[in-house]
Amino acid sequence: AQNVPNSDWEKKVTEYFKEKLKENNATNWVPSLNDVPVHYLKPNSLVKFRCMVQDMFDPEFYMGVYETVDPNTKARVLHFGKYRDVAECGPQQEIDLNSSQTVTSERQTFYCVPVPGESAWVKEISFLTEPVQARVSPSTSYTPSRHKRSYEEDEDMDLHPSKQKEQHMGKSCCSGGDIHGCVEPKRLETEASAGHHVISPNCSPPLDLNFPLPGEKGPACLVKVYENWESFKVNDVLEVFGVLSVDPVLSIVNSEERDGSSLDPMECMDTAEEQRVHSPPASLVPRIHVILAHKLQHINPLLPACLNEEESKTCEFVSNFMSELSPVRAELLGFLTHALLGDSLAAEYLILHLISTVYARRDVLPLGKFAVNLSGCPRNGAFTEHLYRLIQQLVPASFHLRMSIESMNHSRFIPHKDYTANRLVSGLLQLASNTSLVIDETQLEQGQLDTAGVHNVTALGNLITWQKVDYDFNYHRMEFPCNINVLITSEGRSLLPSDCQVHLQPQIIPPNMEEYMSSLLTAVLPSVLNKFRIYLSLLRLLDYSISDEVTKAVEDDFVEMRKNNPESVTADDLHKMLLVARFLSLSVGQTTLSRERWLRAKQLEALRKARLQQQQSVNGNEL
Amino acid sequence: MSSPASTPSRRRGKRGRGSNPPTPQDARSPPSQKRRTDDSTSTGDLQPMPTSPPADVQSPGAADALFSSPPQFRHSAIPLDFDVSSPLTYGTPSSRVEGTPRSGVRGTPVRQRPDLGSARKARQVDLHSDGLAEDVVATEQSLGQKLVIWGTDVNVASCKEKFQRFLQRFIDPLDKEDEDIGLDLNEPRYMQRLQEINMVGEPFLNVNCDHLRAFDENLYRQLICYPQEVIPTFDMAANEIFFDRYPDSILEHQIQVRPYNALKTRNMRNLNPEDIDQLITISGMVIRSSQLIPEMQEAFFRCQVCAFTTRVEIDRGRIAEPSVCKNCNTTHSMALIHNRSMFSDKQMIKLQESPEDMPAGQTPHTVALFAHNDLVDKVQPGDRVNVTGIYRAVPIRVNPRVSSVNSVYKTHIDVIHYRKTDSKRLHFVDEETEQKRFTEERVEMLKELSKKADVYERLAFALAPSIYEHEDIKKGILLQLFGGSRKDFTHTGRGNFRAEINILLCGDPGTSKSQLLQYVYNLVPRGQYTSGKGSSAVGLTAYVMKDPETRQLVLQTGALVLSDNGICCIDEFDKMNESTRSVLHEVMEQQTLSIAKAGIICQLNARTSILAAANPIESQWNPKKTTIENIQLPHTLLSRFDLIFLMLDPRDEAYDRRLARHLVSLYYQSEEKMEEEYMDMAVLRDYIAYARSYVNPRLGEEASQALIEAYVDMRKIGSGRGMVSAYPRQLESLIRLAEAHAKVRFSAKVETIDVEEAKRLHREALKQSATDPRTGIVDISILTTGMSATARKRKEELAQALRKLIQSKGKTPSLKYQQLLDDLRAQSDTAVTKEMFDEALRALADEDFLTVTGKTVRLL
Repeated sequence: AQNVPNSDWEKKVTEYFKEKLKENNATNWVPSLNDVPVHYLKPNSLVKFRCMVQDMFDPEFYMGVYETVDPNTKARVLHFGKYRDVAECGPQQEIDLNSSQTVTSERQTFYCVPVPGESAWVKEISFLTEPVQARVSPSTSYTPSRHKRSYEEDEDMDLHPSKQKEQHMGKSCCSGGDIHGCVEPKRLETEASAGHHVISPNCSPPLDLNFPLPGEKGPACLVKVYENWESFKVNDVLEVFGVLSVDPVLSIVNSEERDGSSLDPMECMDTAEEQRVHSPPASLVPRIHVILAHKLQHINPLLPACLNEEESKTCEFVSNFMSELSPVRAELLGFLTHALLGDSLAAEYLILHLISTVYARRDVLPLGKFAVNLSGCPRNGAFTEHLYRLIQQLVPASFHLRMSIESMNHSRFIPHKDYTANRLVSGLLQLASNTSLVIDETQLEQGQLDTAGVHNVTALGNLITWQKVDYDFNYHRMEFPCNINVLITSEGRSLLPSDCQVHLQPQIIPPNMEEYMSSLLTAVLPSVLNKFRIYLSLLRLLDYSISDEVTKAVEDDFVEMRKNNPESVTADDLHKMLLVARFLSLSVGQTTLSRERWLRAKQLEALRKARLQQQQSVNGNEL
Repeated sequence: MSSPASTPSRRRGKRGRGSNPPTPQDARSPPSQKRRTDDSTSTGDLQPMPTSPPADVQSPGAADALFSSPPQFRHSAIPLDFDVSSPLTYGTPSSRVEGTPRSGVRGTPVRQRPDLGSARKARQVDLHSDGLAEDVVATEQSLGQKLVIWGTDVNVASCKEKFQRFLQRFIDPLDKEDEDIGLDLNEPRYMQRLQEINMVGEPFLNVNCDHLRAFDENLYRQLICYPQEVIPTFDMAANEIFFDRYPDSILEHQIQVRPYNALKTRNMRNLNPEDIDQLITISGMVIRSSQLIPEMQEAFFRCQVCAFTTRVEIDRGRIAEPSVCKNCNTTHSMALIHNRSMFSDKQMIKLQESPEDMPAGQTPHTVALFAHNDLVDKVQPGDRVNVTGIYRAVPIRVNPRVSSVNSVYKTHIDVIHYRKTDSKRLHFVDEETEQKRFTEERVEMLKELSKKADVYERLAFALAPSIYEHEDIKKGILLQLFGGSRKDFTHTGRGNFRAEINILLCGDPGTSKSQLLQYVYNLVPRGQYTSGKGSSAVGLTAYVMKDPETRQLVLQTGALVLSDNGICCIDEFDKMNESTRSVLHEVMEQQTLSIAKAGIICQLNARTSILAAANPIESQWNPKKTTIENIQLPHTLLSRFDLIFLMLDPRDEAYDRRLARHLVSLYYQSEEKMEEEYMDMAVLRDYIAYARSYVNPRLGEEASQALIEAYVDMRKIGSGRGMVSAYPRQLESLIRLAEAHAKVRFSAKVETIDVEEAKRLHREALKQSATDPRTGIVDISILTTGMSATARKRKEELAQALRKLIQSKGKTPSLKYQQLLDDLRAQSDTAVTKEMFDEALRALADEDFLTVTGKTVRLL
């Protein structure tokens, strides 16, 4: 009998939250796990988390509805098990595991990590847009006591309606038990922090939180999804809203299990590692019970989260920005020209590269990828290092990969499945869509690559050519498509494949690279910098088409070019030119190809090729 | 083996079952009644056996009655066998009682079935409350429908009867499985199985659920929904029939029924809470297996005070230690006696869903399996298996100290039956799994497609639609994907004939060769993709080199991975080093790979098709040179390719225009529109998989004639100019291509049209690749010997000149190498290189005219 109203109730909760969060910037009021350390957040409160799905665990069966019984009075109470980890019951009660009222439901757990390589400015800006944060701590350090208060207020605002609602909904079948399980928040909180200290010595080797990139910080999270989990994929970037669960009981239950008697038959089901990975201490890896989750198109906080919607607000934003597009482009070009030591052609190509994205796949061929090989870079690492820093300031997520024999042989590029712990151990190449990967080949010396190194280089090659990474599942490999912008800096032509090689021609050699670059960055106003950021993220999302006339013109052009010199222009070249034309048009905000742009694209390509010829790179068979 | 000891007991057993309910039954109290079916899990027989351990625990009174009853029933030897060995029949039961043969349903010890578990105790409930005292045996005749197991609609008696009928009568002459070798399909299948058990002595009866469903839908439903209750009933039924038929049979323990193939094989992803406690079959791959775990099935306790003993069965994975001795009422006096307790083998296995079941972009799910007794260690990590078992969800242990519990259940499957999907079927690896994947509608659809007249063109068109034109090359690759028919001539000494078709693509850069390779690699389940650049057959290391002038880094690397039953795509074939290529010689013709390591030479099967792409030696195709000169591959290797395609830049305006339009369209067409235009990659993949596993065309009479003619024609082309040109290898190629083309049509017979197409394709490929630039005539000898006819003639002439020279020297038994070369050079009017001279010597050696040893040439 419970089932029918039950499902209704569940739907209404989601609807309610969806509505509430739409209202004037309500999302900004929800504290984010990205910015606030877990122990400052109240358990069982509403939180949000911007993250990437790193791994998917097995589905869980949990007690959707369970019954507790008081052994003395035999009073029976029904409880809801949704949105929580632990089946709560009062001190005088026991859970009746054999009750016929018990409803088993299913949910899916995702292991989520913060978006790998997320730029500092993304964190900063999204942090600042949160009014609470802005109000309380404009500076760096936290002031825990005040925070707590503010979150409590915060939580009251957001949670109370839902609480009432839930109570209201649940009343029919539940004799007044507290549904939300808000058992004296204060006590729990002290327990949580206490548990934090007690438990950490327990797990002797530090828990590997499995971040794809080294040196990442931020909480990893077990995200429990209750519906539509099939629609999410590994490496998707999500924003989830849900109930935070850091119940210390979880850790107790687990640790009990760990040193429980060996007679327990369930004990042998999982190895110790698996236990550790799948139920880590809640203080380290909190759980979020998702009420709402959606995929993010981008993580740039300067843009409206969803651009597809026909909302007046987004349209306005886009058209406003489009009107001032050309000055922004000019300024960005100037900025990058300086960054590339005065080489405007390379700067032009860099813009095209930064707004490129895989927009479609034609059977195996990814369309729209534009990996650039910037050759002729000065040998000392300083240049690429600083160039990366500038790029980091412009794109929401990036990673700098310094190639060396050592790093090739010893780092983990390809994610692989660890069957003992039953998880996908992450690798450098497990990146979210539209991450900028800057590969520095200038530091690479001659040397011997071992098996791992060869695999790594092959994986990089596949990533660039096919925009996919073959994850290693030991007994088989599995292909995960990706969408990563790869920029390779090298002295000669890179050993990695690329779509287009641009040879750098520095006009100026600054005596002090560091000074030069940092002065460049400080010279840009923050507001202008933000415009650059919007520019790069926004243009990537625009649609594009080619009219029939232009198609005809391109055809004629191609035939003409081949007539004159069939050796020089191949189908590959046409591919490249069309790509350049596409991004060139988009970079000035045009969504269709015009004749002028086509000619400009041809011109750019010709310039680039002339440079290569000049460089006399005795290339083999590639170009 | 009928011994006096056993026969009577069996007879009594039968009588007891059939006519009058035995006394202990009456002595039982209602609670024990309730536990009837529990006992059956352990006894496997309708009647509560005196040995049935739970009865002892249940009611001491009943136990007493039981212990007193044996003399009534049995020969004196038997109780000994039972009382001592039965609870301890772990391992080798028959060794306990020396020489006393057991037989019959009574004599054979019962083996507990931990796979059915005791997580949920079944109770039998009579629908009429007054039926409590009634015995099941009594109800069997009269009120059969009334008594059901609690919580289910299973009536033990009728269920058993139905199953017995099933065993005795089920015949399905059409359904053939590969385990059925030696079975007469027109006789009751399972009776033959029982006979097999009698002969082999493996007391397990595998029952295909599909058969059961065909026989009795309702019984099948019951089995699926209440396996824990129904399977023991099946056990009983099977044992009764078996021992009825083979009273003298000696088995290690009673027969256990193992159903498999429940419903259709399920995907792990579809498991949901409704499947709990049901019989399911899922497929997957074993990724981890634990050590053997002895699990206590039954604990044996003895009172320290009065030595009273009792047994406690496992319940929900726990043993409840009795706190009070029932005999002397002393508290906490009961102690566990380990070596009298009963254990069973258990193993935890992790199963991961098969890669092909997985939706793209998600990680595979896993599920835990528990294997018991002899199913332990039956599978190894890496095995693909279909598992039939009962899906369980167990709440995580309630901790007495913490009132709240984790609300998540732990799930696992108790394995009842394994069916490996590879191993045994090593010869046709993928067929079994793939066969499972085709639904009837899909097969219909594929067959429908195959009837279309233009199916060949259609499929070729669907292959890599993003690659422009190259129609014939796509057709060639299509045929490669289908492959020829595998023939075995081992008994005539020829070994296996290669069924795989090898293709070489050679041509200008930028003609999307790599893309074609990548497409194929993605299409086939066991594709491998390697770049020939620096591929090596040994080890997997590489060296990063820096060109000092261009400061360009070059990588020399790669491993050549050859997969059995797959396609190996090798890009940049021309850049592969010699030693690696030499490995390919063996692979491409003998389909084996020899590895010598640590003093052991090992020959592995490598039945792989090779799809290679090579750039011309000058990176651009030089039309003034022959293919051989352009590719610069050893001709021995070239002749192993069935088809060699040239992908040349046509340099034609109309072509350029079409190409441009095609490419431009790539850059703005939306993804959906693209998909509409072409056949789905999945359909193509299924079509190929289906044809590969089900269609095995044989040569027809006409086709054979056509092939002979084609071959004769090919040879004529060469013989017209006085030299042998086409070799049997080309004939084999033609046969393979014709067979593959027949497969495309789903035809069981190779017909003339197949040969025609094979010929056309062969000619098409050859016409381009073997046109002698000096004569403009198709010259297959270029391929087979690596040189064009004119060059060949020159070589011939030189050899003759050398022969004359030697003969002119008179009767000298041996000559100096250098001297001979100098003489020849002096005599000849064209320049004679050392290579040419060597070749001429070799030609003469082949004619047995001379031998070359070191620096001397000996005449024969």
